[in-house]
Amino acid sequence: MTESLPLNLPIDLTVNGERISATVPARQHLIDFLRETLSLTGSHIGCEHGVCGACSIRVNGAVVRGCLTLAVQCDGASVDTIEGLSDSGAIADLQSAFHERNALQCGFCTPGMLATGYDIVRRLPDADEARIRRELSGNICRCTGYHAIVDAIETVAAKRGAGA
Amino acid sequence: MKPTPFGYVKAASLPQALDLLARHGEEAQILAGGQSLIPTLNMRLSAPRLLIDISGLADLSGIAVAGDILRIGALTRHAEVEKSELVARHAPLIAAAMPHVAHPAIRNRGTFGGSLALADPAAELPACCLALAATMIVQAPSGSRRIAARDFFKGLFETALEAGEVLTAIEIPIAVPGQVFAFEELARRHGDYAIVGIAATARKAADGTLSDIRLAYLNLESRPVLAGKAAAALAGTTGDAAAVTAAQDALAGEASPHADLNATPETRLHLARVLLGRAVARLIA
Ligand SMILES: Cc1cc2nc3c(=O)[nH]c(=O)nc-3n(C[C@H](O)[C@H](O)[C@H](O)COP(=O)(O)OP(=O)(O)OC[C@H]3O[C@@H](n4cnc5c(N)ncnc54)[C@H](O)[C@@H]3O)c2cc1C
Ligand code: FES
Ligand code: FES
Repeated sequence: MTESLPLNLPIDLTVNGERISATVPARQHLIDFLRETLSLTGSHIGCEHGVCGACSIRVNGAVVRGCLTLAVQCDGASVDTIEGLSDSGAIADLQSAFHERNALQCGFCTPGMLATGYDIVRRLPDADEARIRRELSGNICRCTGYHAIVDAIETVAAKRGAGA
Repeated sequence: MKPTPFGYVKAASLPQALDLLARHGEEAQILAGGQSLIPTLNMRLSAPRLLIDISGLADLSGIAVAGDILRIGALTRHAEVEKSELVARHAPLIAAAMPHVAHPAIRNRGTFGGSLALADPAAELPACCLALAATMIVQAPSGSRRIAARDFFKGLFETALEAGEVLTAIEIPIAVPGQVFAFEELARRHGDYAIVGIAATARKAADGTLSDIRLAYLNLESRPVLAGKAAAALAGTTGDAAAVTAAQDALAGEASPHADLNATPETRLHLARVLLGRAVARLIA
């Protein structure tokens, strides 16, 4: 079959509230489009096969792996990166809880932890420690030993639950 | 790593997807949730020239009950199955297995049908479908056909799907009164693929007697298997300690455990026996 196939395709999407139009190689991962084309380098790339969670971002309100999503699949989607979540103040309480609890050391996993943590506190305000650990199972941290991260998320979940 | 370059078409209809598959043959691959395909592309274990993205085909997604059948569209995402009340009520075995299928972010994109079409020996859903005697609905350009779960899973990453076919839906007989279920697995980390696991169902009479027992193992062999002799050893008993021991011994006689990086055949068989005990404890609870 020598029929020519489209290797580059146009996409329109919303990133952190801003409309973006671009032409992307079909093989480009969403995380690379965000980091390299849009210079949104806050979300990281670790394993590139779905295991570590460093690339966790929100697409249409759900946390996904940026390394297992193609940019071209996000035509029409609304994407929130760690920059957007941070600038809007949506995760300010989580960020200060991480800071207070020493829930980060090198910081490599932190953008993914915050994106996942934000999802947990929104979706599961009553989550206990065991549930938080299960929800975080797909995010690897090589530094902290997890306790501080779990504590920080649990504290924010409880505060948000009480405030609601 | 990055995949080799490929073309991409977002299919607007099932006939279009089937037509593209027919025209591009082995050079094309179906893209559903991408949660298994994209890792293999990233690692360059496969290098298709064309991805046919079927994720926009709304007809292939959704969960419904008609009569005594629960129908799950192939493109229904794991996360949707996980929170479905219909699944919880009519297929509690699948609801119990769902939290073990990968991690939440992967369940947000991975699809029910993708997991079955892939047929990873360590995947939970193929074993559940085997235990529940599900039927796969498959579409080819020439028409559709139905394949029983026990004929669908052929081997390591191998199914009865033929080139050019798309899995469109899965039909599962709904739970009947007195039917009980158990799902158990052992994994190194929650959400990882299981070292070994069991999906079990039985009918429990008022006096506790078990019948219609189906014990499907995942990752015991290179495809999901029913432990028929172990089930026979439990039938007609109340799942008491002696019956469990007899079933565990029967399992040892019938299983041909495979080896992988996680476990030798001996370890696997040992773990499978342990899980059998746990599953029966759940069935009779
Ligand atoms: C880190 C990680 C951990 C995981 N852990 C688990 C786990 O513990 N248990 C588990 O079960 N899974 C696990 N998965 C896999 C996940 O569940 C996948 O979502 C699933 O296996 C494949 O579904 P998909 O929709 O993403 O399929 P895709 O990746 O899009 O496709 C997989 C294959 O199936 C074919 N295909 C897909 N849909 C169809 C269809 N409708 N008709 C015909 N062919 C089709 C594709 O062409 C491809 O070859 C894990 C994945 C990752 C990255
Ligand atoms: S980089 Fe995406 S999960 Fe590791
Ligand atoms: S803080 Fe270093 S990896 Fe988590």
